[in-house]
Amino acid sequence: MRFELIRRDRASLEMALMAPVLALLAAGLVSWALFAAMGVPAGRALWTIAATPFSTWYDFSEVLVKTAPLLLIAQGLAIGFRARVFNIGAEGQLLIGAICASAIPVLLPSAGSPLLWVAMMALGMVGGAAWAAIAAFWRTRLNANEILVTLMLSLIAAQILTYLLLGPWKDPMGMNFPQTRMFQPGALLPGLLPGTRVNLSLLFGVAATIAAYVFMQRSVTGFRLIVTGTAPRAAGYAGVSAARGVWLSLLISGAAAGLAGAAEVAGPLGQLQRSISQGYGFAAIIVAYLGGLHPVGIAVSSLVMSAIYIGGDNAMVFADLPQSAVLVVQGLLLTFYLIAATFVRYRIAWTGTARA
Amino acid sequence: MSPLEFILAGTLAAATPLMLAALGELVVERSGVLNLGVEGMMALGAAVAFIVAYQTGGHGLAFVAGAGAGMAAALVFAVPVLGFRANQVAAGLALGILAGGLSAMVGRPYESLTIRSLPKLDIPVLSDLPYVGGVLTQDIAVWATLAMAVAMAWVFRSTRLGWRIRAVGENPHAARAIGTPVLRLRLACIAFGGALAGMGGAYAATVYTPLWADGMIAGRGWIAVALVVFGTWRTGRVALGAILFGALSIGELVVQATGVRIPSQALAALPYVATIIVLAVISSNRMLTRRHSVASLGEPFDP
Repeated sequence: MRFELIRRDRASLEMALMAPVLALLAAGLVSWALFAAMGVPAGRALWTIAATPFSTWYDFSEVLVKTAPLLLIAQGLAIGFRARVFNIGAEGQLLIGAICASAIPVLLPSAGSPLLWVAMMALGMVGGAAWAAIAAFWRTRLNANEILVTLMLSLIAAQILTYLLLGPWKDPMGMNFPQTRMFQPGALLPGLLPGTRVNLSLLFGVAATIAAYVFMQRSVTGFRLIVTGTAPRAAGYAGVSAARGVWLSLLISGAAAGLAGAAEVAGPLGQLQRSISQGYGFAAIIVAYLGGLHPVGIAVSSLVMSAIYIGGDNAMVFADLPQSAVLVVQGLLLTFYLIAATFVRYRIAWTGTARA
Repeated sequence: MSPLEFILAGTLAAATPLMLAALGELVVERSGVLNLGVEGMMALGAAVAFIVAYQTGGHGLAFVAGAGAGMAAALVFAVPVLGFRANQVAAGLALGILAGGLSAMVGRPYESLTIRSLPKLDIPVLSDLPYVGGVLTQDIAVWATLAMAVAMAWVFRSTRLGWRIRAVGENPHAARAIGTPVLRLRLACIAFGGALAGMGGAYAATVYTPLWADGMIAGRGWIAVALVVFGTWRTGRVALGAILFGALSIGELVVQATGVRIPSQALAALPYVATIIVLAVISSNRMLTRRHSVASLGEPFDP
């Protein structure tokens, strides 16, 4: 079976829309085979993942809760990816954002202002952006690869979180659990839909989507940023600074991830704890690609990824599916998407003859 | 044993998983392909090797199984990257997430179980030498890894195969013009890199700390990727870098043993901090990195 990829005259819009759908189907099929081979009731598990997130109002509201951080982080990351700045340490920026935001209620437990959460969100954004700024400085001044630096900074952030939760910030009344005390009411985000855990952070995600759309599709700065990624040499001749693109990409994505972390501790959790992120920083990379690095596409793909999380949680209860199975589905999804996305620019031609 | 001797003796064992994975990634990158999924391939190799060692008690079989698992995972990366010219950064991350998740799934029934390690070889004369005797008393996998590094340096320096791999990495179009099958050679390099990463994981889980725990690779795969940059894509320097990072991780244990009150999280973060600092030192020498880096690294081959 030999084939050649032939470049299309223009990118295919149909394939761009079909690619994520095909990837979902293929990932579902292969996950089914893998889970079955491992002795998991695969049919029931996958049915639970696919169907339950949308079966009840409560499940759907939980999908919206998890959509918020994924949407926010992915919109930030996609801007950098289009400029070919690969921030893969959003997980760490999220953790630092969550830590910075938590500093207010932890250090000022008696502060009674009902608007504490506003300051927390601001601090979370600053913290996430500052953590990403280290990588920007390393890349622009020291020529160091941002992929490795952002990833290492994530591993360091996880250690800082553990240190704080086991040491100075541990809740004295928390029966030795690695978590802070519960935050006061003013430090919690206002709810959005009564009777659910959906809160203001979903609006942050929506706002980020609109901002990303205006910035990337309509503004000159956004256009310049894309050019530094797709045609670095042309950008250089036109006087567009590559270093500025790196700073912009990392500060935006860092701030978005930091805000997502702040919104997690002030939202569904109400305290700083070890499991503030279920790998959102890495899942958001998949969300960004699955959405075609386009703000509107990302809005859809963040819902899909969130549904996989909620469905995975349900399958853990009903089909004894281990939590790590969600990672398998995520990894397959991105792999198949990358294959399918090739056909946006290329078409396939089957050839009989051997070719090196 | 003095603390220094203890550090030196433990260094090579701690360096072995890093060296295996970094040498594998070196071959992949010299052929012009960037595979960021090393962490996942190591984890899967570790889980599979541990299961085989636990069931059969044989370390040889465990290493073969770990290598096979790493290679199989690498082929999942090769399909989008070689067959469909996909973005290598994204495909590598996908592999890392997928293989990491699979390792947790297959290893779940074995969580926290332990097995026996490989024996240290007592080599006559060498092991009895004063001062260095402890350093020279190592298990067979350590010696095999060092031999592999030497062999690899020779392959790149003076064999037709090594020169072909380098040509494919520097200028795939020219290599193809003189008849080198670019994609097939890259496929072989990716598979070989996966096998070595899997063996690195196998060493970590069946010899260095003979137990399985989810997340036990703890960033070693990423440090291996960084080691290739530190070593400026040169075999000897990559191996030396692995030994330095091995010493660093043993240093942590020594500091803990001396009872100095440093939070254990600070010590755990030390290799990551060191990676960031060394990366800055090496990369800021732009001449050095430009002269030695692989010209077509990360770019899909479009014949």
